Amino acid sequence: MTHSGNQHKMELVCPAGNLPALKIAVDNGADAVYIGFKDDTNARHFAGLNFNEKRSREGIEYAHRHGTKVFLAINTYPQASGWDRWKHAVDLGAALNIDALIAADMGVLDYAVANWPDLRLHLSVQGSATNSESIRFYYENFGIQRVVLPRVLSLKQVEQVAASSPVPVEVFGFGSLCVMVEGRCLLSSYVTGKSPNTFGACSPASAVQWKDTPDGLQTRLNNVLIDQYGTNDPAAYPTLCKGRFEVGQNTYYAIEEPTSLNTIALLPELQAIGIAAIKLEGRQRSPAYVKQVTQVWRAALDTCHDNAQNYQPKTEWLQTLHSVSEGRTTTLGAYHRPWQ
Amino acid sequence: MNTNTPKLSLGPVQYYWGRDAMLDFYRRIADTKIDIIYLGETVCAKRKLLRRDDWLNLAKQLQNAGKEVVLSSMTLIEANSELATLKNLCENIEFTIEANDMAAVQQLTGRSFITGPAINIYNPRSLQVLAKRGLKRWVLPLELSKQALADINKEKPTEIETEVFVYGRLPLAYSARCFTARAHNLPKDDCQYRCLDYPDGLLLSTQEKEPFLTLNGIQTQSAKTSNLITELDDLIQHNVDVLRISPPSQHSEKIIDIFYQCLHHGYPLEQANNELQALMPTGGQCNGYWHGSSGMDQCTKTQEATWQSMQS
Repeated sequence: MTHSGNQHKMELVCPAGNLPALKIAVDNGADAVYIGFKDDTNARHFAGLNFNEKRSREGIEYAHRHGTKVFLAINTYPQASGWDRWKHAVDLGAALNIDALIAADMGVLDYAVANWPDLRLHLSVQGSATNSESIRFYYENFGIQRVVLPRVLSLKQVEQVAASSPVPVEVFGFGSLCVMVEGRCLLSSYVTGKSPNTFGACSPASAVQWKDTPDGLQTRLNNVLIDQYGTNDPAAYPTLCKGRFEVGQNTYYAIEEPTSLNTIALLPELQAIGIAAIKLEGRQRSPAYVKQVTQVWRAALDTCHDNAQNYQPKTEWLQTLHSVSEGRTTTLGAYHRPWQ
Repeated sequence: MNTNTPKLSLGPVQYYWGRDAMLDFYRRIADTKIDIIYLGETVCAKRKLLRRDDWLNLAKQLQNAGKEVVLSSMTLIEANSELATLKNLCENIEFTIEANDMAAVQQLTGRSFITGPAINIYNPRSLQVLAKRGLKRWVLPLELSKQALADINKEKPTEIETEVFVYGRLPLAYSARCFTARAHNLPKDDCQYRCLDYPDGLLLSTQEKEPFLTLNGIQTQSAKTSNLITELDDLIQHNVDVLRISPPSQHSEKIIDIFYQCLHHGYPLEQANNELQALMPTGGQCNGYWHGSSGMDQCTKTQEATWQSMQS
């Protein structure tokens, strides 16, 4: 293979919400997969999702046999009453020989360093580090070896952070988009009592109501009307920042449209600024989704690594990604300054 | 156990007010019974009607008026220019600084500092990590309950003071996107400082006209005003050292006075609660987070007892 002047290869980090998804990601070219346990210790705490000890062991063995790394997300914020659960999760992850722990909470990071000094640590996107000084705090205190950046930075800001960060940087490439800075968004607990920080889920399914009315289909979250749809309109899951609300005289997506982040067009730029890894969102999605996005992104990264100068996203990649996107639309999000 | 009466603090102004309005506001605040005043722009780096020297002058005036003054730093720090502003602020050694981003915590290492409500301290171990770095006071994260606080208190380093957000619209989220500019179909880079038109933020309602959230530039707040006045005994029992009032554009002096009268002169809490409700901007009140419920809920003691018996 030729690498026309490019310094490094970006790692492809794929979501695995269960064992079939993990195997599919591994089989289709993920460099690493990330998983979580079946409880509130991770930020995709959804019913029927994630790994118990036995499945984790199987998954990690499968991945390692195929040369793929496994990262374990323990990236919510424990309170004193649940502390033992997080402690147990860290201990189990270390014992299972994971390749890195993705964590956000200072207490969890401190516990991991004190008890598992050889365990590689990544600062989760939930750690909310949007600048190099913040990253430096986690580097100096806990020796993190990578940071996952929140999806609020423009490309120029990502470049600035990457240039001055003490550790390599991982960014989100594709998937559901948080418009709020991760780790500091309480909208979900304001409405439902449960937030990504405390419970590992935003707008949790247990609080969702779908209701047919003469005015159309209404979606509610703990009784708060998030959106309503005409008979033939496709209804979206009521993620509360993606509903239609009234401001002044206007009813519109006042915060964010239902759309997915897609940075596949930016790969050469991300490579040039030294991004270490591209993360795909979607542990809550099906193995079929994982297969599609892993295949597309593997091909895109290989193409970019081979010849960044002539890199162009292929039409079929874009079509595939659109077909699995929220609201069937994608955006460059904050990477693209005018979006802000 | 701390049986002292908690001090009262005034949080940083979350909104963008005109320069004269801001200076006039603090002239009036200087004459109130408030003990601690947090000063500075914490939401948007573009809000510059008061510059660093203006804030420092204000800080000195308020200090001379007998107030403890804390300089508050920005919450969401993205650009290098914002980082430079933060470094500049943290070089000030005259005043204690409130860190609202971990970048500030990093800058303030070895100095005595305070963490604001957006710093994620959810458990005793996190508090201990920061205690070693100079933390002297922390604000309980907004979504944590009194039970979480009680649990943290069991292992809290004794010298660290606890502050609780007891009054005001709750700052719930921060974004790269400016929702006030978006409401006016303006790009963030050309926002025309529309925040100046909304001294208490811009109301967002559901399609059923239910007041829901408040847009304040890149910050999203609750539409409801969080109000823990009826929980004063509870707050004292939980060893809370400082009670934070987040100032609305109207009636801040009156609100401070009501809290003061309740704390120091046994003013009846229910009556105080009624008076406060009459002073609130649109949206009504809530206290759910403190009770371990959804933030938007308004819990009564009776409901709380029922809730607890249902859980046990």
